[in-house]
Amino acid sequence: MAGVGGQGILSIAATIGLAAVEQNLFLKQAEVHGMSQRGGDVQSHLRLSDREIWSDLIPHGGADLIISVEPMEALRYLPWLSSGGWIVTSSVPYVNIPDYPEAGKVLAELDRAGNTIVLDADGIARDLGSARSGNMVILGAASSFISMPFTSLENAVRKMFSRKGEEVVAVNLKALHAGRDATGR
Amino acid sequence: MQKLLLLGDEAIAQAALDAGLSGMYAYPGTPSTEIMEYIQASQQAASDSVHREWSSNEKTAMEAALGMSYAGKRAMVAMKHVGLNVAADAFINSAVTGVNGGLVVVAADDPSMHSSQNEQDSRFYGKFALVPVMEPRNQQEAYDMIFDAFALSEKFRLPVLFRITTRLAHSRSAVARREKTMQNTLSLPGNPRQFVLLPAIARKQYRALTGIYETLRTDSVLDGHNRLLEGKGRGTGIIACGIAFNYLMENIGDNYGDYNILSVGTYPLNRDKVAALVGRCDRVLVLEDGYPMIEEHLRGLLDRDVTVLGRLDGTVPRDGELNPAIVASALGLKSTCGRDVPSLVRQRPPSFCKGCGHADLYSALAEVMAEAGPGRVFSDIGCYTLGALPPYNMVNSCVDMGASVTMAVGAADAGLFPAVAVIGDSTFTHSGMTGLLDAVLKDSPITLIISDNSTTGMTGGQKSQATDRLESICLGIGVDPAHLKVIVPLRKNHEENKSVIGAELKHNGLSVILARRECIQTASRNKKAEAAEKNKSGE
Ligand SMILES: Cc1ncc(C[n+]2csc(CCOP(=O)(O)OP(=O)(O)O)c2C)c(N)n1
Repeated sequence: MAGVGGQGILSIAATIGLAAVEQNLFLKQAEVHGMSQRGGDVQSHLRLSDREIWSDLIPHGGADLIISVEPMEALRYLPWLSSGGWIVTSSVPYVNIPDYPEAGKVLAELDRAGNTIVLDADGIARDLGSARSGNMVILGAASSFISMPFTSLENAVRKMFSRKGEEVVAVNLKALHAGRDATGR
Repeated sequence: MQKLLLLGDEAIAQAALDAGLSGMYAYPGTPSTEIMEYIQASQQAASDSVHREWSSNEKTAMEAALGMSYAGKRAMVAMKHVGLNVAADAFINSAVTGVNGGLVVVAADDPSMHSSQNEQDSRFYGKFALVPVMEPRNQQEAYDMIFDAFALSEKFRLPVLFRITTRLAHSRSAVARREKTMQNTLSLPGNPRQFVLLPAIARKQYRALTGIYETLRTDSVLDGHNRLLEGKGRGTGIIACGIAFNYLMENIGDNYGDYNILSVGTYPLNRDKVAALVGRCDRVLVLEDGYPMIEEHLRGLLDRDVTVLGRLDGTVPRDGELNPAIVASALGLKSTCGRDVPSLVRQRPPSFCKGCGHADLYSALAEVMAEAGPGRVFSDIGCYTLGALPPYNMVNSCVDMGASVTMAVGAADAGLFPAVAVIGDSTFTHSGMTGLLDAVLKDSPITLIISDNSTTGMTGGQKSQATDRLESICLGIGVDPAHLKVIVPLRKNHEENKSVIGAELKHNGLSVILARRECIQTASRNKKAEAAEKNKSGE
């Protein structure tokens, strides 16, 4: 999982984590706290299995999926992607550095990287009237690559946001669905 | 009981609560911060009245924990690795006094320096102080080991050093809980002189300590966490310390029976187990996160009895965190790798948040300092250190908490004028106040700017001990009220702030400027919390 500090990739990770617990799967999720959370690049390694997981870190070339909320950040982790692995990423650049590459070139690189799904998660979320649910759109788009029933992700979203009220739950569920539907998978 | 999904830090915190903790003491520091944060947020800790306030620094935390132990109760203290340097005086001496109630000291190391100035290895502190060291391999073991840590501490009457690294601290996994232990009741040490380290007493206790240390090697509980896994054949034997075992298993998995392995979870090591491993192999590969500590012990000064592979011969890189790929290559296994990072991908260093007061302070300071020339701003550790990066390029030092003040004093002694120190509010109360007293006593010609965002920002916005106290602290230490100024670092005050800073820079004596504006992150979090509170009461 990739993004920029402050974009909230950890809420995607936490949602998958809740679903994994419900499914009785083994899980390890290594996250980055501290320094880089101030607008730097952040990443989280998430591993799910039906048997014991050893390393907290995914070996190079061992990731089945890169989920990214920022297009250039998705590319940063290509050394971890397995051959045949998938990338699901937002198309919306987060430009907080002076030398951010041309957006078109970033998208072209993503295209070249192989199995890639690029979607305007923020746009989709905005259309739903909830600009801040881009993360759940991305998770929805990635859901078909996560070997868990979609309903378990729905349950996890309910648990994640229940403290914030029914309305927030409903909007995030809608975002999750919209993300899945956008990929047509 | 349902399993909990916990960070390594949180597993340690929950375990301590379940093991009858009475007091938690800490100063924030990545990657240790979440231990205290978990206990502060815990309902269980609240209903059990566990003490859980932040301390001013790691030394005060360590001493308060020792005081709780003196009174017979179980205490834990947590810090990042460099925090143990600050607490070292209390820590080393606590091994000589020994403890009464169980005392566990958690040191969170940061190999690869994800958020630190160095990657020092806290296991050396264990050996230095002559105390048991525990190094869990995973979150569940971190939870379980804490129970043993408290029990061992009370059995040997020694503090136990609990060493973790960033990877375990900040990785989440499912953890099963145990039955809760009751807190100890208040009880004073049987020997009223136990904690009085006058030389005559200290000599006796230190001699006893050296004896106890050797018995630790074969203690069944402590050594029970070291596992000798005998495999087929000779070849390369492996000593894997802490989480290095996971990277090893990640690589050899189902073939682990082909290898002789010593999986290490505690120190000092049992010599017989090491001898048994060495006896079964032609050479030994040592995998340890941090410094090559066990590797050096095994090689010894002469490095000739055992063929050892590790960080010192280049089998493993000399510095930096281990990972599955490094271990694969050390084992001579083929490792996989995906595609290279495309060359268009740029570095994305951390930066000031939009609306950060530190940024506006540096813009003003940069313009004022342009005249004096570069190389005159000593700074410290916190968000404000980002003033070292473009576009400000203002900061010339970041060494250890508090050093900005005293390095400016020393440079001024050498004749550097003007010399400026920029320090954060929490860093100032951590270790800047004593340096300020030095500056006051000789009216050192420096300008100290305390960039007060009223929080401990870098580590996630913990309460700052300095909040609402800086003026009275500075005046109490003896700063001249005529040269104690307050500015508000906002764009609209730019010109005014420049003139205040400019005037104090010219003053040939000590000035202190408090640049005060609440952290934008803390402010928006507080606002949200307030709104949520209102919502609740509105229902
Ligand atoms: C001895 C030691 N303890 C803790 C830390 C971790 N640490 C680094 S910066 C920081 C917070 C500084 O807060 P403050 O001075 O208020 O500055 P801010 O980040 O809010 O700008 C802490 C706790 C450290 N580097 N060294």
